[in-house]
Amino acid sequence: MSPVTEKGETSLMAKAIREGIFAAIISFFMFLLFVGVETYQDINNALVWRMRWGLLFIFVAIAAIGRFLTVAFIKPHLDARKLSKAKSGILEISTQKSFFHRHFLKIALVFLLVYPFLMMLIVGKQGSLKYVDNFGIQILIYVMLAWGLNIVVGLAGLLDLGYVAFYAVGAYSYALLSSYLGLSFWILLPLSGIFAALWGIMLGFPVLRLRGDYLAIVTLAFGEIIRLVLINWTEVTKGTFGISGIAKASVFGIWSFDVGAPNNFAKVFGLASSSVYYKVFLFYVILALCLLTAYVTIRLRRMPIGRAWEALREDEIACRSLGINTVTTKLTAFATGAMFGGFAGSFFAARQGFVSPESFVFLESAVILAIVVLGGMGSLTGIAIAAVVMVGGTELLRDMSFLKIIFGPDFTPELYRMLLFGLAMVIVMLFKPRGFVGAREPTAFLKERKAVSGSFTKEGHG
Amino acid sequence: MAPETTAMTDTILKVEHLSMKFGGLMAINDFSFEAKRGEITALIGPNGAGKTTVFNCITGFYKPTMGMITLHRRGGRTLLLERLKDFEINKKAGVARTFQNIRLFSGLTVLENLLVAQHNALMRASGYTILGLLGAPAYKRAVADSIEKARYWLEKADLIDRADDPAGDLSYGAQRRLEIARAMCTGPELLCLDEPAAGLNPKESLTLNALLRSIRDEGTSLLLIEHDMSVVMEISDHVVVLEYGQKISDGTPEHVKTDPKVIAAYLGVEDDEVEEIEEQLDGGAV
Amino acid sequence: MRKMGRTIQEMRPHRRTASRGKQMDYFVQQLINGLTLGSIYGLIAIGYTMVYGIIGMINFAHGDIFMLGGFAALIVFLVLTSLFAGIPVALLLLVMILVGMLVTGLWNWTIERIAYRPLRGSFRLAPLITAIGMSITLSNFIQVTQGPRNKPIPQLVTDVYHFGDITIALKQIVIVVLTAVLLAAFWYIVNKTPLGRAQRATEQDRKMAALLGVDVDRTISVTFIMGAALAAVAGAMYLMYYGVSSFTDGFTPGVKAFTAAVLGGIGSLPGAVIGGLLIGLIESLWSAYFSIEYKDVATFAILAIVLIFKPTGLLGRPEVEKV
Repeated sequence: MSPVTEKGETSLMAKAIREGIFAAIISFFMFLLFVGVETYQDINNALVWRMRWGLLFIFVAIAAIGRFLTVAFIKPHLDARKLSKAKSGILEISTQKSFFHRHFLKIALVFLLVYPFLMMLIVGKQGSLKYVDNFGIQILIYVMLAWGLNIVVGLAGLLDLGYVAFYAVGAYSYALLSSYLGLSFWILLPLSGIFAALWGIMLGFPVLRLRGDYLAIVTLAFGEIIRLVLINWTEVTKGTFGISGIAKASVFGIWSFDVGAPNNFAKVFGLASSSVYYKVFLFYVILALCLLTAYVTIRLRRMPIGRAWEALREDEIACRSLGINTVTTKLTAFATGAMFGGFAGSFFAARQGFVSPESFVFLESAVILAIVVLGGMGSLTGIAIAAVVMVGGTELLRDMSFLKIIFGPDFTPELYRMLLFGLAMVIVMLFKPRGFVGAREPTAFLKERKAVSGSFTKEGHG
Repeated sequence: MAPETTAMTDTILKVEHLSMKFGGLMAINDFSFEAKRGEITALIGPNGAGKTTVFNCITGFYKPTMGMITLHRRGGRTLLLERLKDFEINKKAGVARTFQNIRLFSGLTVLENLLVAQHNALMRASGYTILGLLGAPAYKRAVADSIEKARYWLEKADLIDRADDPAGDLSYGAQRRLEIARAMCTGPELLCLDEPAAGLNPKESLTLNALLRSIRDEGTSLLLIEHDMSVVMEISDHVVVLEYGQKISDGTPEHVKTDPKVIAAYLGVEDDEVEEIEEQLDGGAV
Repeated sequence: MRKMGRTIQEMRPHRRTASRGKQMDYFVQQLINGLTLGSIYGLIAIGYTMVYGIIGMINFAHGDIFMLGGFAALIVFLVLTSLFAGIPVALLLLVMILVGMLVTGLWNWTIERIAYRPLRGSFRLAPLITAIGMSITLSNFIQVTQGPRNKPIPQLVTDVYHFGDITIALKQIVIVVLTAVLLAAFWYIVNKTPLGRAQRATEQDRKMAALLGVDVDRTISVTFIMGAALAAVAGAMYLMYYGVSSFTDGFTPGVKAFTAAVLGGIGSLPGAVIGGLLIGLIESLWSAYFSIEYKDVATFAILAIVLIFKPTGLLGRPEVEKV
């Protein structure tokens, strides 16, 4: 790197200070009302206010210092790094990969297979509950949902903002049919997927000729319609109260996890009764479902239908000129994605034992979409990483009670979870607009398989 | 290709009284022409004459306001193209096309582009995905065949070394050739090319001419829109000239070259001057 | 489905017993309510449609900008009424609206600078995701700083006029008139000023506009500020109309306004207003004659049906496929 001249250094500093002061002024007026004034209800339940100068000062100071540091140090550093990278001519995708890189998938799979037992070893049987359930199962559900949505958004390039609707269809299919008809999880799991796929076709058929953002709003509208119907059709869905006491899944009908059942898992094996077994079992069920999703996605990508999806994302008009029926191609993508959403939904209902419309709000769709885009559209590995980072990260924030030592006993980290989640979405996207894994694996090759750089792939219009 | 028993001069495409209106604008007005099987037919005309509109009507991207477009297939089947949906023009009628501004699947590799073009054949072979997922041997054979077909066209289009590169990474000339190869992978009887030589350098233009001739010699008929007169005169068997949505000339390249109406259209002279040019030409010929 | 039909029957007011005139009055009353609600949606929808028109992105955070506007108005109200006890209502409202416009304009300007501008021209979905992230951030920011509870304020404008059986509240008149005035001013800016010309040029072709000397960055910033200012007015009106603010307020009106923008044809300014009014009317008429529970279902269903027949909305330019 060439040494920066003295003059350049001082002018940069002057600029940084100027920008810092500017940021202070802007942030003062931005935060004056919302941070500077606290509104609360007094004993008479009337709304009153008081100033919070100290907190306002902290916000303004953070903005000013942050801006100063960005201009003075972070930005020059990033520019220099970019420049040196460009100079050395090393491409983003390096051919020299470390052992960990090359065997990442195998390592990850082995880790997942032993994860529940590893956790039991480390933190004990009861302690592992949290890690298997809140982290393991929770993250895997999102991995599965994101992989399902990936077929629609990442491969076929159709922007779906209402994916959670199919998750809801799956969950309610299981909840209702198991409560009313007493059918078992293993019958209802495929049924839920089929129902969700049928809904996908029904909703998709009239609207899939819409393009781009029009499709986005209609899918969002359908998501909301399904949620509103679940809320208001109280005779069947019990409205906002939700359906509780949903039957647990069993080990293929052989062993049950109901405490009273004669074939209770713990009883049969003479183990101390604990809810851990059920969670561990669920962990493996969702892991298997995830692997199924990944397997089907990988296989389908190499089939003519999968290639047609990707071609559709790249150029719809060219597809039609090649004799591809774009409507049925879109519908199959929509239905396949919906089916995996349905599987995940019925699993969710079995795991929670309770479903209510609360779980199927637009925010869920947004989170799943964010995971797909943050992961790098189309890349299963990238999406899994994004799910671990985003879902795992926010789950971690749930039990950061040690922060209370720093911020005092009034501090509730739970409250900041979604705030930080939103900020993380923005920050990750700013630094990695193409997601964690931008490159695309080709589905066929003559001589050698070369990854396609993300700068060539398109994102679809619809 | 199996040798045809019918004469090579029968009609493959017949356009009759084609009219296309955009709002109040009559883009094509009562336009009729025929393209013969086994020939290269060129559709030429000044800018804005309506050539691409005719093309889009034939290939199903526009529905014509009036008129009939008949396609005669090899087996003797005839299809009315204006009644088919856009994707059926390729699937059922065997008409493939390229685009003026190249439309490749730029994020897919060159090979994948050619495999997408064989979608319908592969879909059938894969039992609409189900047999394919089960790994049926018939499907595996079909896949191997499709790769061989792709390899054949890659070699013809001189793209075999770039097979595993993203299509978006190719040079302009190579992208043009890939688009033609991709259209040919659908196994068409009629290939429609929208300005295939646009933006090519003279050397690339020559390679293209050779490619188009060899496509014709293998039995596919060609219909092309072209601006580059050297290309048109060099390779076409039959030329149709369009001006302001109407046909002004139709015949062999030699005939069209000397047609005063065509010269007038290209040089932009008044109607009464046409006769003058006619006289001059007659004088020159003597 | 049949069951739903029966509840609809039951929900209907006594139409057979009511006289013709009463029926008419009821209908007019619902029209007025719908118009009021529609005005608010229309004001928010303009922000969506302008931003979409100029940079082609769905600004998901716009609903939360509207919510910020409502909160700004609420806080100004509390501060002013406690500092100046006898302040006239008109002045109070004016200050609430003006401060709200300034503050939310500043917020939207900052958000565009930080979260959208660096992604301009990159991947289409990237700014959509940052916008969703911003939406989550803004609503949770208000939850954290102002608390999760609903914030009620006393009724600001209580006058009510009676015309036979029809009741019109002064606040409804204020909302409709203010919306009309703002739209006129807004129409003037977009169609008659150099700023509006720059906006229209940027909308048509950003690169060409830049080549011809339009400061594209500044034009886009101004567009965001204008959109936010209108949303802030809507926020203040919403607070005045319903008398309560909550950090979750951004979502539902935001989605409805977005629906309105799409229904009218996204990118079209008159479309946004017409879409807003239509949605307001659908909502109030459906609630009155069918079922209040399914009013949002009706809104979304009508959107889907309209788009099936007119894929680019009511006033949207039909998308010509360039082959």
